[in-house]
Amino acid sequence: MKKFSVKKFLDSGSLFIWLCGGALGLSLLMIGGLLIIIMINGMGYFWPKDLIQFTLKDGSVVLGEWVATETIPDSESADKPKGNERIQLKIGNRDLYGLDFRWVDQTDIVNEQFPSDVLAFERREWGNFYGRIKGIQEGEILLASGNEEGMRVLFSLLERTNGIQKQIHEIEHNEIGELNHLLEQARLRLRSLEMSDQSGAEERAGIEMRVQELEALYEVQNTALIALYEELEQFRMTAVDVSGEEKTFQFGTLVKVWLPNAMGVGEKLIMYVENFWKVLSEEPREANTEGGIFPAIFGTVLMVVIMSIAVVPFGVLAAIYLKEYAKQGLLTRMIRIAVNNLAGVPSIVFGVFGLGFFVYAVGGTLDQLFFAEALPNPTFGTGGILWASLTLALMTVPVVIVATEEGLSAVPREYREGSLGLGATKLEALWRVVLPCAMPGILTGLILAVSRATGEVAPLMLTGVVKLAPSLPIDGFFPFLHLDRKFMHLGFHIYDVGFQSPNVEAAKPMVYVTTFILVLVVILLNMAAIALRTRMRRRYAGSSV
Amino acid sequence: MQTVSSPVTSGTFSVRPERATLSTLVVRTTTSENEHMKQEQMEPTPAALAESHPKIVIQDMNFFYGTVQALTKVSMPIPANRVTAFIGPSGCGKSTLLRCLNRLNDLVDGTRIEGKILLEGYDIYDPGVDVTDLRTRIGMVFQKVNPFPKSIWQNVAFGPQLQNVRKRATLDEVVEASLRGAGLWEEVKDRLHASALGLSGGQQQRMCIARALAVNPDVLLMDEPCSALDPISTGRIEELLYTLKERLTIVIVTHNMQQAARVSDLTGFFLLGELIEYDDTKTMFTNPSDRRTEDYITGRFG
Repeated sequence: MKKFSVKKFLDSGSLFIWLCGGALGLSLLMIGGLLIIIMINGMGYFWPKDLIQFTLKDGSVVLGEWVATETIPDSESADKPKGNERIQLKIGNRDLYGLDFRWVDQTDIVNEQFPSDVLAFERREWGNFYGRIKGIQEGEILLASGNEEGMRVLFSLLERTNGIQKQIHEIEHNEIGELNHLLEQARLRLRSLEMSDQSGAEERAGIEMRVQELEALYEVQNTALIALYEELEQFRMTAVDVSGEEKTFQFGTLVKVWLPNAMGVGEKLIMYVENFWKVLSEEPREANTEGGIFPAIFGTVLMVVIMSIAVVPFGVLAAIYLKEYAKQGLLTRMIRIAVNNLAGVPSIVFGVFGLGFFVYAVGGTLDQLFFAEALPNPTFGTGGILWASLTLALMTVPVVIVATEEGLSAVPREYREGSLGLGATKLEALWRVVLPCAMPGILTGLILAVSRATGEVAPLMLTGVVKLAPSLPIDGFFPFLHLDRKFMHLGFHIYDVGFQSPNVEAAKPMVYVTTFILVLVVILLNMAAIALRTRMRRRYAGSSV
Repeated sequence: MQTVSSPVTSGTFSVRPERATLSTLVVRTTTSENEHMKQEQMEPTPAALAESHPKIVIQDMNFFYGTVQALTKVSMPIPANRVTAFIGPSGCGKSTLLRCLNRLNDLVDGTRIEGKILLEGYDIYDPGVDVTDLRTRIGMVFQKVNPFPKSIWQNVAFGPQLQNVRKRATLDEVVEASLRGAGLWEEVKDRLHASALGLSGGQQQRMCIARALAVNPDVLLMDEPCSALDPISTGRIEELLYTLKERLTIVIVTHNMQQAARVSDLTGFFLLGELIEYDDTKTMFTNPSDRRTEDYITGRFG
């Protein structure tokens, strides 16, 4: 038998291979674990869970969604021995209990049931309600009483009230929104007329006429709105929880009602997809803990797009000068070191710079020059999506410069000489042969820049992100893309929902969902860039880039 | 240093004297080999021709990479419509000299040149010379085959497009004429818009020759054009040189002694940056006057 020798083993190099493999494996495990945890928690949120009803030792009844089961941490009391488990339930009904969540000790549970007639109500305020219907009223008339009769009326009525809600939303956002926009325009025009020396009395009179017309129109819309609200207020529902406590609320506050325990897997799947779509497409409610995150997704993507438009030309031009035109020497070496160091500067520093330079200096000046009529309300002199994007562009420009320089170095010398030999000037050679070949390298830079920028939050907090933006940066009013507007961002949304929310426990699933979608957005943006790069590579298959 | 008759000392010199145009190219390249041989017998030796009708004259040229001298006192006339070969061991400066002829060395930082290189009597290092213009007159084919990652058509049309030829029909004509000139037309005419990278190595090199021909140069510099090719492709390119020299002056750097003997009319032997011997190829390979030339050619060193 061959004797095992440590020296031989070390010399053979297999230890080293094991180390390398182990390091890679560990990295993959961590990345995979991270993604899986986010995915499980994020994706679970959309699933309509069953409602469990526990009867406890003291005779009380609890109804709610299962959230978690955990071993009770060490406690002194004798009736709760070590190693026992407790269950966290989402009991909802915040307006009745004050808290949405409750821990139930396993030892206290006498009976566990899944009553098929309990309803889950998603409401526009106070979170979910779990329980049964006692009665539905229109004005003073009782439309239905009891749970079974209630359910028959409920769904058709819900459709009607949601229709009214939609009309209200339509009027509030589109009709009145447009009137407000026009009124604001008129106000600003009047203000700028006042500020300029020319009298313009005729124009002023015209505008004032117009304002009166608009205000009349506004009154009409407002009356319609009041009528709709009154109609909505007609409908009320009294619901009762498992322990018999009653709560009457406006029917209009209901978003959705479902019967979790009576639903089959197919129905739940449909609802799962619906819920997912709602989160993607709707605006947030209740301090961002409920509803969707569409404005945040939109803001994130738009910000990254504007950043890319700014960073690529800027970084590529800088890299071209540094690589192709600048005389290589001590100075260029120092500039390269500086550029690399810039990539390591903490992002909040860029945020401070963005606030000082872009927002106050550039934005303030722009306001004084072009938007004087709106002062003292700042237009560009406050944080906005443009300044945030430019700050991020500044932050990621070193990445693009370095990647472009590497891409340029990787273009074979023969391509340059070949084109120069055909009578191309340096610029022509660069533009027609070298740059196309360096394109994959440039796109690698863009991919890295996008990845870093998408997840960055700190500088945005100083330069234009808000927890709730009243309107998207793109809308139907000229100039359509409003670069001065504040915006919402997925990264900031995570921070806001997770740590600034009044109801942390209720916000937890939303944090995971937002994280999951942020990761999804990063992946999608990257995949788009990678697909572009693959196409480029295929086209320039001969180059070694 | 004595200035040779150079009427222009400043300002851009006019680029194109009367030369074969592309339309005559196709006709002229069909000249049969016999005729060519006949001409050879009637005319003076290439060396004599170089003295009497030089296309390019190199005068007392020194070349430095930083502080390292790569070429020392090189003087040689290069005759029109002949193939001149530069031979010598690696690092002897022959490629450097070749790259000086179209000023590609300008791109290398820290290089310096002394002396003169005259193209038809004009100093190509004169400050008034438009370098890009010069490079359209002196084309180059490189050792490492370098088709651009574009289609064959785009590759060949690259040069004319740089000179602002925009009309599609004209470009098509130039592409066809150039590819015919490089003997590649029949092989690629059906896939002009396919990537040039899909061609074989030999085809790629001939396409590079076609690309150089498309700008209609006077002089074609070839830096070891066959070093990466198989013997059959090499043979085809050598054949091409016979027809091309009808209308072009060709300077070729080669490591292959047989190739120099086969294709060139004149041969210059370089050693350590010096031109050791420069004469008719026949003389060089049969009766060299310098001992070192003989040693190199017979394979005693190098």
